Amino acid sequence: MALQPERHVLVVFPHPDDEAFGVSGTISTYVNQGTPVTYACLTLGEMGRNLGNPPFATRETLPLVRKKELIASCEAMGVTDLRMMGLRDKTVEFEDDEKMVQMMTDLIDELNPSLIITFYPNYAVHPDHEATARAVVRAVRRMPVEQRPKLHAVAFANNTGEGLGEPDIVNNIRDVREQKLGSMRAHISQTAWMLEENEKRLEAGEPEAENWLTYERFFSYRWHEDFEEQF
Amino acid sequence: MEIVQIEKLQQLLNSFANKDVYIHLETTNGAYASHFNEKVFNAGAFIRNVKLQYELGKVTADVPHRVGLKMAHGWVYAQGITHYEIDEQNRLLMAGHDYDGKLAVALEISETPFTY
Ligand SMILES: [Zn+2]
Repeated sequence: MALQPERHVLVVFPHPDDEAFGVSGTISTYVNQGTPVTYACLTLGEMGRNLGNPPFATRETLPLVRKKELIASCEAMGVTDLRMMGLRDKTVEFEDDEKMVQMMTDLIDELNPSLIITFYPNYAVHPDHEATARAVVRAVRRMPVEQRPKLHAVAFANNTGEGLGEPDIVNNIRDVREQKLGSMRAHISQTAWMLEENEKRLEAGEPEAENWLTYERFFSYRWHEDFEEQF
Repeated sequence: MEIVQIEKLQQLLNSFANKDVYIHLETTNGAYASHFNEKVFNAGAFIRNVKLQYELGKVTADVPHRVGLKMAHGWVYAQGITHYEIDEQNRLLMAGHDYDGKLAVALEISETPFTY
């Protein structure tokens, strides 16, 4: 499936692997279409809990493991502009809020994206996801309405259906499923159990198991229902 | 990392006593705990690169182990420790990994600061 042409796509997530499950197919599709894609990843997932038993990494070596995985995932998707922003996992919400907005504003000013992909505020579960989403929305809100890039947001909180209904953007990514699997496999320290589960479900013929290799879903940010009055 | 051997770990704890050391201590049940199960009360704590001196460090025999550091005016302890190692920077890394291979607790001691 060809996606609507974009000038530049900016993807902003806090953790290596945030892109893998829900967005890597969409990213790959844009790359394959020749759209410039920048992936800004705020942390190296330093606080990840999947260390194995017996452990394959320590709290101190995990960031290096995950940095390599992030680079490998970008190679699988074909992303050549990866920005590692140097924050620490699980601390994003405690950073100065204005500094976070400025980080996003700087990226937007430099790259002039026509589309930004990030999380949906209040529906993103992890505190780092929420803090990232807030910063992106605030940075875009400061722009004149007619200059704002589109905002496609990932929502997966348990109450997403009640709050947001059905996603309005559904990308068919079947053609790039090998690239998506490549991204998932690149993050093997985090995705091993999920890939294993999925193998079983595929073998059992469960249609759900095919689903994430076929569709990726986003919500256009609803400025008329902004998550806050002002910042 | 290796499974805790009490005598060896005790020796290592002794070797850092009465020195300025940097501590990393964390307990966690994961940021997603109450997403996957809304009945889970999610709690945890994290400190990194706090400098202190302890006069006595002790690992207990129970498995998983408890490790306590007695300071002049207070205490540090961790419970659930299963593994340890001295890494190439001579830091004592201790961690507790649960039955699913997820980190549940970490206590680390170093004479030089840990990274950011
Ligand atoms: Zn994440």
